[in-house]
Amino acid sequence: MDLRFTPEETAFREEVRAFFRDHLPAETRRKLVDGDHMDRDDLVQWTRTLNDKGWAVAHWPKEYGGTGWDPMRQYIFLEELQKFPAPQPLPFGVNMVGPVIYTFGSDAQKQHYLPRIANLDDWWCQGFSEPGAGSDLASLKTRAIRDGDHYIVNGQKTWTTLAQYADWIFCLVRTDPKAKKQEGISFLLIDMKTPGIEVRPIVTMDGGREINEVFLTDVKVPVENLVGEENKGWDYAKFLLGNERVNIARVGMSKQRIARIRELAAKELSGGRPLLDDPRFREKLASVEIDLKALELTQLRVVAADARRGNTGKPDPASSYLKIKGSEIQQATTHLLMDVMGPHAMPYQGEPDEGSNEPPIEPAYAGSAAPTYFNFRKVSIYGGSNEIQKNIIAKAVLGL
Amino acid sequence: MDFDLSEEQSILKDAVERLLADRYGFEERKRHMASPEGWSADMWDRYAEMGLMALPFAEDDGGIGGGPVETMIVMEALGKALALEPYFATVVLGGGFLRLGGSAEQKAELIPQVADGSLKLAFAQVERNSRFDLHHVETAARKDGGDYLITGAKSVVLHGDSAGKIFVTARTAGDMRDKTGIGVFLVDVNAPGVSRRGYVMQDGQRAAEISFDNVRVPASAAFGDPANSLPLVRRVVDQAIAALSAEAVGVMSAMHGLTLDYLKVRKQFGVPIGAFQVLQHKAVDMYVALEQARSITLYATMMADSDEDTERARAVHAAKTEIGRGGRLVGENAIQLHGGVGMTMEYAVGHYFKRMTMIDLTFGDHDFHLRALADAGGLMAV
Repeated sequence: MDLRFTPEETAFREEVRAFFRDHLPAETRRKLVDGDHMDRDDLVQWTRTLNDKGWAVAHWPKEYGGTGWDPMRQYIFLEELQKFPAPQPLPFGVNMVGPVIYTFGSDAQKQHYLPRIANLDDWWCQGFSEPGAGSDLASLKTRAIRDGDHYIVNGQKTWTTLAQYADWIFCLVRTDPKAKKQEGISFLLIDMKTPGIEVRPIVTMDGGREINEVFLTDVKVPVENLVGEENKGWDYAKFLLGNERVNIARVGMSKQRIARIRELAAKELSGGRPLLDDPRFREKLASVEIDLKALELTQLRVVAADARRGNTGKPDPASSYLKIKGSEIQQATTHLLMDVMGPHAMPYQGEPDEGSNEPPIEPAYAGSAAPTYFNFRKVSIYGGSNEIQKNIIAKAVLGL
Repeated sequence: MDFDLSEEQSILKDAVERLLADRYGFEERKRHMASPEGWSADMWDRYAEMGLMALPFAEDDGGIGGGPVETMIVMEALGKALALEPYFATVVLGGGFLRLGGSAEQKAELIPQVADGSLKLAFAQVERNSRFDLHHVETAARKDGGDYLITGAKSVVLHGDSAGKIFVTARTAGDMRDKTGIGVFLVDVNAPGVSRRGYVMQDGQRAAEISFDNVRVPASAAFGDPANSLPLVRRVVDQAIAALSAEAVGVMSAMHGLTLDYLKVRKQFGVPIGAFQVLQHKAVDMYVALEQARSITLYATMMADSDEDTERARAVHAAKTEIGRGGRLVGENAIQLHGGVGMTMEYAVGHYFKRMTMIDLTFGDHDFHLRALADAGGLMAV
């Protein structure tokens, strides 16, 4: 047992940091630090910079453009990316549909889609949830009926993140309504330009416009866009949701936010002295740091176990643990950041696309504190709510 | 980074766990607790035979050369078994002073006696008004010719009733809360002026109130610099807290295991109560707290032998905080999920809960260590 990083791992960390320092546009970094809105082009440009370096889909198998890094290097890369901070490659392509395609897709699908995901030529969004299918995802109703060389898809998807930018959507659709609910589902790739698709924004309580409803009316989807076998889509969805272990806890992101909290709390005054000198605030912050350190070690234990046995590609209930604790800590940090700003967290500064020409109310960096806190309530809801994760652990780990 | 035990470490773990599984059942433990010593002399001999007493000492000093990871392995196993013997007091605390503060002569004289199990040690630190502050020392060591005369009273000296020699913090200079002027002296319990009152603690382990009335010790009884031994005390206690955290992980995992077993067999409303989601989620909360405790214990263990005092202390503050609050969560839920049977002396889970609770009160509770970590600038500044 040796819990130190090896000299090679430390050198690798330095290499990654240096690349970010040399290549990430300062304005993109500033937006992430301040919690400002990122444009589609910011992410496209950055993804292409990473892709030129060969790092856009670092964790994929080498034959599909991955780096061949061991799990520890994958982890270090992601931690540094989040800590820097630099934008993360779009998860819907890189972490979700990409691995499903290279694991279950046809050769033609692999050849066509994978390079386009790596270069963000295609912006993907996720068509899983429906108005009546949230935690009980398998009760989804969107229908796909085979008609010659096509499926005709009718239904409604919701909570679709960044669908307004998307070129493609991967959908769970019901292809056999008579089968048991998990067994009649298929996994379809759908071009967002297909006639019959309508995207309507949902404004979240923070004022943000990142999620949408997607309506599908008689949408014609070529049968070659089916991934794997018909009626096996539930297996692929479970793979997708349980496949993510290296990054789900977002340790690097929380570290970055805590560094930011410390930086700002040293400047903000409380009782005429820096807030960071306030014992109660300091203890709240230290308390979160302890949780995060423990989570980091837990994450590293999972990574090391993956490295030892090789990634089996099977869902691992460790994902559920990491998601629960990781989301709790992310939420705690957004709460603390809002605490730091005090009354200056109160002005609503609006979304950039609301078109205001007014100068921001100072301090401008306080503007995102409350919206981020509101927005991050989502992290214990999406991707399987924390209560669903507890059900998974109870069954798969505790045998209850 | 490597979380796997080495082959030797795996062998050690298997051997200790097997010994305790074979010979330290709940009924046997009850018998040991009821004996005059309050623990098992037979088990003590077996630990010595297995080499556990010699474990942390350097091979050159007659030890086995184990480090914090080996101690973690043993302490976790002792925690799982709720072992009552004075291993922590003798080998971890007393051994810590021998390893980190002993001169060549002191080591040569004492380590072989600890290693073969014949000498038991204790650490007298707590005083009536010290609470958790290691530097709050009213006990005085007054220079008298070439000797020191020690006068004062120490509280809750873990296994102080069975120890043959006791490490005592005593002030050679300054006021009672000064951080300098603190010495560490090894006092024989038979020296004139030492009086002890042994008793059982809430968790069944033994301790003693000890008073010192002009107890004469030679200058050679001092460990480290008698004018400035607080850094030595901190180092020993930091390592001890890492070890105590490992014991706590053993205790917590036992409580969690007992609770899961119970949820599967106890039936109400015609079904095992583990079928109820509200109880499942509590069991998951316990599991998450246990794994967090395990992780932070690894961190403290990794940092335990660091010479960098601030960094080591931060890791230890973090571990003791997480262990304290996680242990309480696991323990209280373990009792709650057992219902009435969890309240009884007849059933094991309550005994684990009591040990867990006493661990939080040993060398600083979670509030104390959280404040200490916050005052030290937190963890992320590291």
